[in-house]
Amino acid sequence: MRSLRDAFVTFRRTPLLSALSVTTIAFSLFAFGLFGLVALNIREALDRLEDRVELRAFIAEGTPTESIAIAAADIATFPEVLSARTVSQDEALARARRELGEFRDVFEGAVLPASIDVRLKPGFRDPVTVRSVAARVNTFAFVDDIRYGEEWIQKLYRLRTIAGIAGFVLGLAFASVSVIIIGATIRMAVLARAKEISIMRLVGATDSYIRRPFLLEGFAKGVMGGLLALLLTWLARLLIDRYIIETVFFDQRMTAVGLLFGAMIGLLGSAVSVGRHLRSV
Amino acid sequence: MIRFFNATKSYVRTGTAVHDVSLHVGKGEFVFLTGPSGAGKTTLLKMVYMEERPTSGEVRVSGTSSLDATGRDVARLRRKLGIVFQDFRLLEHRTAEQNVAFALEVTGAARPTIGPKVARVLTQVGLASKGTAYPKELSGGEQQRVAIARALVNDPFVLLADEPTGNLDDRATRGIFQLLREINAAGTAIMMATHNLELIRRQEFRTIEMNRGGIVFDSADQARQAREV
Repeated sequence: MRSLRDAFVTFRRTPLLSALSVTTIAFSLFAFGLFGLVALNIREALDRLEDRVELRAFIAEGTPTESIAIAAADIATFPEVLSARTVSQDEALARARRELGEFRDVFEGAVLPASIDVRLKPGFRDPVTVRSVAARVNTFAFVDDIRYGEEWIQKLYRLRTIAGIAGFVLGLAFASVSVIIIGATIRMAVLARAKEISIMRLVGATDSYIRRPFLLEGFAKGVMGGLLALLLTWLARLLIDRYIIETVFFDQRMTAVGLLFGAMIGLLGSAVSVGRHLRSV
Repeated sequence: MIRFFNATKSYVRTGTAVHDVSLHVGKGEFVFLTGPSGAGKTTLLKMVYMEERPTSGEVRVSGTSSLDATGRDVARLRRKLGIVFQDFRLLEHRTAEQNVAFALEVTGAARPTIGPKVARVLTQVGLASKGTAYPKELSGGEQQRVAIARALVNDPFVLLADEPTGNLDDRATRGIFQLLREINAAGTAIMMATHNLELIRRQEFRTIEMNRGGIVFDSADQARQAREV
């Protein structure tokens, strides 16, 4: 209770330094948040693209409809498969006309093959799995040909891997910079109270007693900085949404993790700074 | 109560500060520590409150040994010691009362006991009417009295004073010294480092003179030798 009061008193006594700490934490986390927002939206865009990964198995002409239906039901039981839908010759033609819009005349009197359109579950859309499912579908005797845009899937996955690695490295760099800046800010707050700490030790306060209000203070600053960073990121997203491109925002879980990250940085930054100070005096 | 057994304190960069000191300070004694600047007086006092541990030898204070004391042991020991410095070391944003209460708060004293204890020691040091004053509103002598009150509030068995009158004029010096005598008369031992030879000459207390880290004179030894002769 006393530690809580001490932490509060520090905010009141040194409002400028406390505000500086919170602002520094907020802007460090804001930079990290903006990066997170970009990473999240790239991932969302890639997910949407990936959602379009589909195998199309073209059926030899004359294959009985029942056989196609049985095969489709069989394919649908593959663990990687989300759905397997049969498309008759007429449906294929109608679809082609719909998709090609003004060039629909090209298909006047044309005959397109029937197909089984196979969609895969999320997590099974990588090139290796797609190739493996295609090979199994191809074992049906009446399957003439199978198309799934192999090159396109490979490019998508290369892009995803690059985005993943870049995201991890940049995220780590942003997080490290945040930790360093926040650590330095908290160190300043500790140094500003160096005299008080030395007197505490002289009159017999234990190190854990001295440390406690600093930890609470660091935690509170981290949470406040995190909330401010969240607000700034949300405002930035509003502007981007309005003037540049429609984006998605962090969900509740990500927001909670972000705030926890801020609080932990505040707490750990304080623990390290006070610990170092106590060892040095 | 306070014992030094061949205690030496050396620093890598500045060399030996205290060299092979053996010493015993008994209950209720008043001891002057004197000697030129750099003689080792401050380091010796720091070794008593275990801010510094000897490089070799041992210091034992009220059952706590420098050889095996943990951080918690040192904190506990300091609650039984009072420490006063030349520069007072008061917290500027706290009143006299709050500065004294601080020493009780950080050691976890029960809240209802703090007020009466603070009032008692402020009265003892002659500052009963200045409890609500901030350090900058007090004279040097008064600030030192607040520092002494803070040192006394935990009822220490010894008061360690490092040049407590170094920043004060003659009149304030006499006042502080008189206060220390009264505290000593009430049973608290005093170890006081000072340059003020005039002050020492006027008293009959035990005097330990240091030079280059060693004890070069101890009036207690002289008295013992005289008794033996």
